[in-house]
Amino acid sequence: MSHIRKPRVHHPGLARNRLGLTRRDYEGAMSTLCAGCGHDSITAAIIEAFWELEIAPHEVAKTSGIGCSGKTPTYFLKEAHGFNGVHGRMPSITTGAHAANRDLVCIGVSGDGDSLSIGMGQFAHVVRRNVDMLYIIENNGVYGLTKGQFSASADVGSKAKRGQVNREHPIDSVLLALNLGAGFVARSFSGDKEQLVPILKAGLRHRGFALIDVISPCVTFNDHHGSTKSYQYTRDHYNRLVYADFVPPAHEIAATYESGDARTVKLHDGSAITFRKVPGDYDPTDRDRVYGYIRERQRSGEVATGLLYVEPALEDGGNASDFHGIQGTVPEPLTECAFEDLCPGADALAKLQGRFR
Amino acid sequence: MKGPGRRTATRRGTDPEAGRAQPANEDGRAGGERVNDLAFKIGTVNGTGSASANGLLRSAIFRMGIPVSGKNLFPSNIQGLPTWYEIRANARGHTARTSRFDLVVAMNPATYGRDVAETVSGGWVMYDSSWPLPRELDRDDVTFLGVPLAKMTVDHFEGSRVRILMKNICYVGALAALLQIDLAIVRQLLRETFAAKAKLLDANFQAIDLGYDYAMEHFDCPLPVRLEPMDGNRDSIVIDGNTAAALGCLYAGATVAAWYPITPSTSLVDAFTAFCHRFRKDPETGRNRFAIIQAEDELAAAGMVLGAAWAGARAFTSTSGAGLSLMSEFIGLAYYAEVPSVFFDVQRVGPSTGMPTRTQQGDILFAAYASHGDTRHIVLFPADPRECFDFAVEAFDLAERFQTPVFVLSDLDIGMNDWVVPTLEWDDSYRPDRGKVATAEELEAATGPFHRYLDVDGDGIPRRSLPGVHPAGAYLNRGSGHDRFGNYTEDSEPYADVLARVGRKIDGSAPHLPAPEIELREGARIAFVTVGGCRGAVREAVEVLAGRGIATSWMRIRAFPFHGEVEAFLKRHEINFVVEQNRDGQLRKLIVAETEAAKGSLRSILYYGGLPLSCHHVMDGLAPWLEAVAPATANGVQPEGAGR
Repeated sequence: MSHIRKPRVHHPGLARNRLGLTRRDYEGAMSTLCAGCGHDSITAAIIEAFWELEIAPHEVAKTSGIGCSGKTPTYFLKEAHGFNGVHGRMPSITTGAHAANRDLVCIGVSGDGDSLSIGMGQFAHVVRRNVDMLYIIENNGVYGLTKGQFSASADVGSKAKRGQVNREHPIDSVLLALNLGAGFVARSFSGDKEQLVPILKAGLRHRGFALIDVISPCVTFNDHHGSTKSYQYTRDHYNRLVYADFVPPAHEIAATYESGDARTVKLHDGSAITFRKVPGDYDPTDRDRVYGYIRERQRSGEVATGLLYVEPALEDGGNASDFHGIQGTVPEPLTECAFEDLCPGADALAKLQGRFR
Repeated sequence: MKGPGRRTATRRGTDPEAGRAQPANEDGRAGGERVNDLAFKIGTVNGTGSASANGLLRSAIFRMGIPVSGKNLFPSNIQGLPTWYEIRANARGHTARTSRFDLVVAMNPATYGRDVAETVSGGWVMYDSSWPLPRELDRDDVTFLGVPLAKMTVDHFEGSRVRILMKNICYVGALAALLQIDLAIVRQLLRETFAAKAKLLDANFQAIDLGYDYAMEHFDCPLPVRLEPMDGNRDSIVIDGNTAAALGCLYAGATVAAWYPITPSTSLVDAFTAFCHRFRKDPETGRNRFAIIQAEDELAAAGMVLGAAWAGARAFTSTSGAGLSLMSEFIGLAYYAEVPSVFFDVQRVGPSTGMPTRTQQGDILFAAYASHGDTRHIVLFPADPRECFDFAVEAFDLAERFQTPVFVLSDLDIGMNDWVVPTLEWDDSYRPDRGKVATAEELEAATGPFHRYLDVDGDGIPRRSLPGVHPAGAYLNRGSGHDRFGNYTEDSEPYADVLARVGRKIDGSAPHLPAPEIELREGARIAFVTVGGCRGAVREAVEVLAGRGIATSWMRIRAFPFHGEVEAFLKRHEINFVVEQNRDGQLRKLIVAETEAAKGSLRSILYYGGLPLSCHHVMDGLAPWLEAVAPATANGVQPEGAGR
């Protein structure tokens, strides 16, 4: 399909957001991934989320590593700067970009090999540093570009296309992120746009590090019987544990819920997440119980999905423990500091050198 | 402890030979009086607080106006292993390391043997006579000066930590008497250090006096090898290269530093942090106009630098060879995706972990071509802290102008030792050279599309745009194959087109890099070619040779790719002795690969043992040639420097 060029002229009847942009304005180049790839569905959800949030594309910095996931920033937000770096190192590049210009809306797209094998160190440390970004792991349990090797997220017992069975224990990015103190942890499925879009929106609005691990079946190398990351397996074992609606800052929480079912968590910019149909004893702000609950569902063979954990914003809406909070940086981007404020000048240098005599 | 055969200094007058100069020895050195030309060292145990006492000595000599250097030979260890501080004072400005010491202060019993052995014949050993020196250390040709340091401090101070510290200050006092170091200056330095700690100041004054008085009473002070005030340090400072480089980063407007701790580069970021906290806080809110990130490893540090630079900040990292190895994948990305970035490599001894606290110039070839594929990098080679400051600023300008990684190759000797250099200067009219950055207005007004990798001006340097500025500037920065428009490609021609253009861009940088430092001597048939911190030892060797009637030109290369003057210089001389601190003659190899100079005219003089280069290393390396070509002259060459 990649030989088809996208038309530059849009249908006049397309819906526009308050910036006057259509969804088409949030698209990128035509995908070159396999037809039916879960990653393309995630790309579509990303486009929808940015359009609905009315974020100007050029205010976004999109980053990725290497692998099929690494290609996807090409396929959304063509008017945003992107940085497709080296394998497993998307977190450090994003950290640097966010350090330099905190106004950029950072979205990093990674894969299970990129984040949980070669880049696991960087993944762990970007969580620790609480970099303000949305971190997406497009998780298919397999190395696609190199033709089907197991990745570190492959489940024990999962069967590869050529029949080998994985015997090594998987690394679960969601449990890992919870352990490392991430303030926003979600899991979803590329085939569930209805669940995915609100989580992406909430993740983009969360100040601090937000992880969403999206089960994204690889139609070519990991969509067969015996794979635990296939469309069929995921649908069969998928548990929409937590339903969350994203409510932008200016909106009233309009949806009506049966009493006792709904719970609202405020985000830093005044927006909110409303959880509905949460199981009776589930508290999405209690890290330990969330951890235990996910483990429990896993033992019974279920993949718990939804916005599983979120740290509520402080009363003043700030987040003193995000990257710039810890760094103590000025509120404006460092890239906008005037040189006069950065260079102490000749007199200061002369005076300073008194101590070197 | 006194026994027959040991020459031990005693009270003035009781032993006519005590503390007096020995007859000239076979080297013709150490005989007679020598003023402002001496080297001494202090052997201690690391973790005993001797650094401040040693710094005090070095500062006092500096303030007496005498050119001086202080070199710290320390172990990769926190506490308990031997460490030495070497001070060389030389009126003629020759302050490269020397390995021949007129006086050794032996404070560490574990190294007594070595310390006594390294004292020049006719020299002096000062030791703590609270305990006897082992008899086997006896040397007839050395005068032993026993000072009961431990006993004195135990008698006069309370608390073990204070006693240990004051023992150090005591030997400063004794040395002041022996070498005629100005006591008023020493006291003034202590006043400045302990301005807010009156109690400590009193203790220090007392300790100085204890040492000084003991020496005056028991030895014939001053020694014939001594110091006198002069005016050699006007408009100079004492500074280490890492501090100076950090100042350069501060002044260049760097806002993002990402790093991973590694000796000997750590103090660069430590200094940058301190300067930022002093000069870079918003005066009203106290918030930081900088971000310093201690990364999880050097890979992440490099990635952060690239991310920050791509986003428009001046960003740098500071590391040493092992870290540079880890960064090399990102270096290739920075080269190919054309991300301006600055890498300080404070070299230490390799390969592998090597000797972390010893110096070398072993990363020259690696830095020049770091990363896989066809890469070639701009590398700057500072010779001293002053150049660390200047080149730091220049590195950011060059990185942005040529949109490429720039390496500043310092080393442990330059980075961590104390050098007397001219005062750092700053021109307030300086503004960063950001290179070709498309502004929002330009992007708005442009009639055609913006293409990141298009060579619009024909100089190989494309325009870049920064994220967040304008939608028309958007592009996908990538290390994968791309064409001149920034699109992904796997096609031969568009790929080769970009790679060739990037190559031309780096070629074109050469005339804009620091030109070599050259001194041509009339009639010179031979020349020294050197780099970085070898400068002092090479200049000293040139002077030694001149004293023997051998005219020698010299050139110090300051940047890669090589300036045109490099090749012209090499072709002027029959033999170019390439002096460098590594095993493989890396600079020579780079010259052979990158210039048309005749390979046969390039001969290596190498030292890679990990200590700062000395004049005698250069002269030793030259000895075979001298013997073959000018035997008469060779016999007259002293093993040590020009000042001796």
